[in-house]
Amino acid sequence: MEAVPERSYLNEPKGWKSWVFTLDHKRIGLMYLFSIMASFLLGGIFALLIRLELLHIGGKHIMGAETYNQVFTLHGAIMIFLFIIPSIPAALGNFVLPQMLGAKDVAFPRLNLASFYIYVFGAFFAVYSMMSNAADTGWTFYTPYSTTTNTAVISMTLGVFILGFSSIFTGLNFIVTVHKLRLPGMTWYKMPLFVWGLYATAIIQVLATPVLGITLILLILERLFGIGIFDPAMGGDPILYQHFFWFYSHPAVYIMILPGMAIISELIPVFAHRKIFGYKAIAYSSLAIAFVSFLVWGHHMFVSGQSQYAAMIFSFLTFVVAIPSGIKVFNWLATLYKGSISFATPMLYAFSFLFLFTIGGLTGMFLGALATDVHLHDTYFVVAHFHYVMMGGTVMAFLGGLHYWWPKMWGRMYNEFWGKVSAVLVFLGFNITFFTQFILGAKGMPRRYYNYLDQYQPLHAYSTYGSWILALGFIIMAVYLIHSIFKGKKASGNPWGGLTLEWTNSSPPPPENFIETPVLKYGPYDYDKLPAEKLNS
Amino acid sequence: MDTTGTLFMPPQHSTFAGQVDSLFYFILYASTVFFAIVVFGMIFFAVRYRRGRKQPVEAGPSHNTALEIIWTIIPTVLVVIVFFWGFKLFLKMNVPPKDAIEIKVTGQKWFWSFDYPNGASTVNELDVPVGKPVKLLMSSRDVIHGFFIPDFRIKMDVVPNRYTITWFEATQTGTFNLFCTQYCGKGHSEMIAKVKVMGEREYEDWLVSGTKAGEGMSLADFGAKLYVSKACATCHNVDGTANVGPSFKGIFEHQVKLSDGSSVMVDENYIRESILDPQAKIVAGYQPVMPTFQGVLNDREVDALTAYIKTLK
Repeated sequence: MEAVPERSYLNEPKGWKSWVFTLDHKRIGLMYLFSIMASFLLGGIFALLIRLELLHIGGKHIMGAETYNQVFTLHGAIMIFLFIIPSIPAALGNFVLPQMLGAKDVAFPRLNLASFYIYVFGAFFAVYSMMSNAADTGWTFYTPYSTTTNTAVISMTLGVFILGFSSIFTGLNFIVTVHKLRLPGMTWYKMPLFVWGLYATAIIQVLATPVLGITLILLILERLFGIGIFDPAMGGDPILYQHFFWFYSHPAVYIMILPGMAIISELIPVFAHRKIFGYKAIAYSSLAIAFVSFLVWGHHMFVSGQSQYAAMIFSFLTFVVAIPSGIKVFNWLATLYKGSISFATPMLYAFSFLFLFTIGGLTGMFLGALATDVHLHDTYFVVAHFHYVMMGGTVMAFLGGLHYWWPKMWGRMYNEFWGKVSAVLVFLGFNITFFTQFILGAKGMPRRYYNYLDQYQPLHAYSTYGSWILALGFIIMAVYLIHSIFKGKKASGNPWGGLTLEWTNSSPPPPENFIETPVLKYGPYDYDKLPAEKLNS
Repeated sequence: MDTTGTLFMPPQHSTFAGQVDSLFYFILYASTVFFAIVVFGMIFFAVRYRRGRKQPVEAGPSHNTALEIIWTIIPTVLVVIVFFWGFKLFLKMNVPPKDAIEIKVTGQKWFWSFDYPNGASTVNELDVPVGKPVKLLMSSRDVIHGFFIPDFRIKMDVVPNRYTITWFEATQTGTFNLFCTQYCGKGHSEMIAKVKVMGEREYEDWLVSGTKAGEGMSLADFGAKLYVSKACATCHNVDGTANVGPSFKGIFEHQVKLSDGSSVMVDENYIRESILDPQAKIVAGYQPVMPTFQGVLNDREVDALTAYIKTLK
C-alpha cells in the first residue's frame, strides 16, 4: 500500500463547487465535522461564561439574570441539537460507515447532502434566535413559561424542528445502507460494532424525532394562536407538554450515547489487539437499549405531578435499561484481559470513557430510584449526571473516534505527545468541573440558578477552575489537530493495525473508497487469527 | 463551605430525611464497589497486558457464558432491590397522614405565599410546628415552580390550574431553606423562602397573632414590614434604583410615564390599582410581569403599603 496516495477524496474532484455540491459521504462527513466543531466551540464559550458568572455569589459579575438565562439556554440547545446529536452519526459515521461496509457511498447520497444543508438551515434559525433576544426557556422549552416569555422562542424551536429532519434523513440513510450495501459475505454478525451502534441509533432517530417535531409545532401554534393545548386556562395541560417532550428527548439521550458506545467497541479491540469479548452481547444490548429507551421518558417527571403508579412503572423500566449498559461495560473490560494494550491517544479517550461513563451510569441509579430522585431532581446532581454521560461518555468517545480516524481523514498524523497532554487535561478538567457538582446537588443546590447561597460558593469555585483546565485541554487539541492537517507526518493506510475495511484502503481514501472491491479477509476483530508476534508491537 | 450534614447530604430535619439518606448511601456504596471493579480492572489489565511486554501474547477468550450470566444477574438483583426500596419510600412520601395540618402553598413569579387553616397568611416564610405532620396543597398562579426543602428531602412541582400535594414532619426547630427548583425566569434564583419550625405552643401563639399582624404599629411601620415580608422587595427597590419594577422612592404625588405614552399621577388609588390589578397601567420601560396581590393582601395591608410608600420621599 503506497504511503502517499496520488488521488484521494480530498483533492479529486477539485474546485469549491465540487465540495458544495458533493455527493461523497466522506466530504459530507467533513463538512458536518467542521459545522459541529463550530457549534461545539460556541456552546463551549457559553459554558465558560456560565461558570465564570457562578464563580462568586451575588450575580452581575459579567452578566445580568436575563442574559444568564439566555446563555444557559443557548449552551444546552447548541450542545444538544447542533453538536452532540449530529456529532458521531453525521460527522464520523458519515465518513466511516460506508467504508466499513465495503460500500462506495451511503444508499442515498443526495439525501445525505440534503441532510447537511437542512442542518445548516436549522442552525441559521437557532443563530437568528441568538442574535435577536435569544430564547430564555432552557433547552427543554417547558410550557407555560415558553409560551409566555417575550424572548425569541419561535425561531429557536423552529430551528430545532428543522434540525430534526436532518437527523431523520441521516438515520434513514444509515438503515437502508446497512441493509442493502454490505459487501457480499459480510453477514450481520461480521459487521463492525460501530455499525451495529449506528444502526440502533438510526432506528431511534427515525421513530422518535417526528414526535419532537410535532411537539415543537404545537408549542409554536400555542404561542402564535393560543390554541390552548398546553394552557390550563383553556382546558389544556402543561404536563402534557412534558410527556410529549420527553417522549422524544429521553430516546434522544440514547441517540447521543449509543454511537459513543459504538466507537468504544471499535477502539478497545483495536488498541488491545484482541478479539472483542461478547460480540453478540454488545450488538444486542444496543438494540435492547434502543427499544427500552422509548418506555422510560416518565423518569424525568417523578415530581411533576404525574401519577405515582406511572412513576413506579417508569422507575422500574429505567432500571431495566441500565442492565444492557452495564453488560457493555463488563464486555469492554473483559476485552482488555490478555490483550496487547497500547496507550495511544484514542485509547486514552477510551479509558476516560470507561471511567467517566461508569460514574455517569451509576449515578443514574440515584435518579432512577424514586425516593432519592425526589431530593436530587432539578439540582446540580442531575447536571453532573448528564454531563458525565453526555460529555464523559459521548464526547470522550467522539474525541477518541476523531483521533482514531483522523489519519484516515487527512492522511496525516497529529502530534502524539500533545495528544496525550490534551487528553489528560480534558480528563482532569472534566472531573474537577463536574464531580463537585454531584456534591453541590446532593447538598441541595438547584439547577439554572443565576445566584446562590453562600454555603455553595467553594464548590462552585472549584467547578469554575475545572472549566478553565478543560478549556486549556481543548485549545491545545485545536492547535495540534489543525497543525497536523498541514504539517503532520504522513500516515499509512492502516496506522493502528485495525482489521475493519476502512483500514484496507489508502489514507486519505480515493473518492470511490476502494479501487478494487475489497475482500473480507478477517472479521472485524479477528486478532486471534493473526500471528502472535504481530500483536505485541 | 457547608460542613453540616453528611459528606454528600444536607442535615436531616424531617422524618423522611434519614430514610432517604439510607437509600442514598446504600446506592453510593454499591456503586462504589462496581466502580472500583471497573476502574481497578481497567488499570490492572492495562499495565499487566501493556503492549511490548516481555511475556508472549496469547489469545484471550471471546466469550464466557458463566461469567456473562453472573455479571447480568448480580446487577439485576441489585437494581430490583433499589427499585423496591425507592418505590416503598416514595409512596410513604406521597401519602400524607389523615391528621396532618393543611397549609395552602401558592407559587408565583417570584415568591411563595402560604395560607393557614385559621386564615393567617405569610409570604416567603412557611411557619410550622415541630413533630406534627404538615400537608401542603400547592398550586401556581403563572408558570410551573418547584417546591424544594433540602433539609426535609421533599420536592414537588407547583403547577397552574391543578393541585399537587406533598407533606413532611419536621423533627427539629429552626430555620431552613426553601428553594424554587423549576426554572421560572429572571427571579428564579431569588425565589427562596424560609421554613420556620417552632415548638407546638409557640406555633399556636403565632397562628393567633398571625391574624392580628400589625396591631399596635403605625400603618407606615406595618407597611415597611409588609414590604419585606410580602416580597415587594424582590422586585422594587426603595433607593431610587430600578429593579424588575420601578423604585418606590419619591413616586408619590409625582407623574409617571406609562408604556402607552400617557402619564398618570401616583396617588392612593393608583397604588391600590397597581397592587391589585398590576397589568392595568405599566410604567414605561418595564415588563408587565407583576402578579396580582388580590387575595394575598387584605385591605388593611394595602392601606399600610400605601402609607409606607408615602413616607419614601
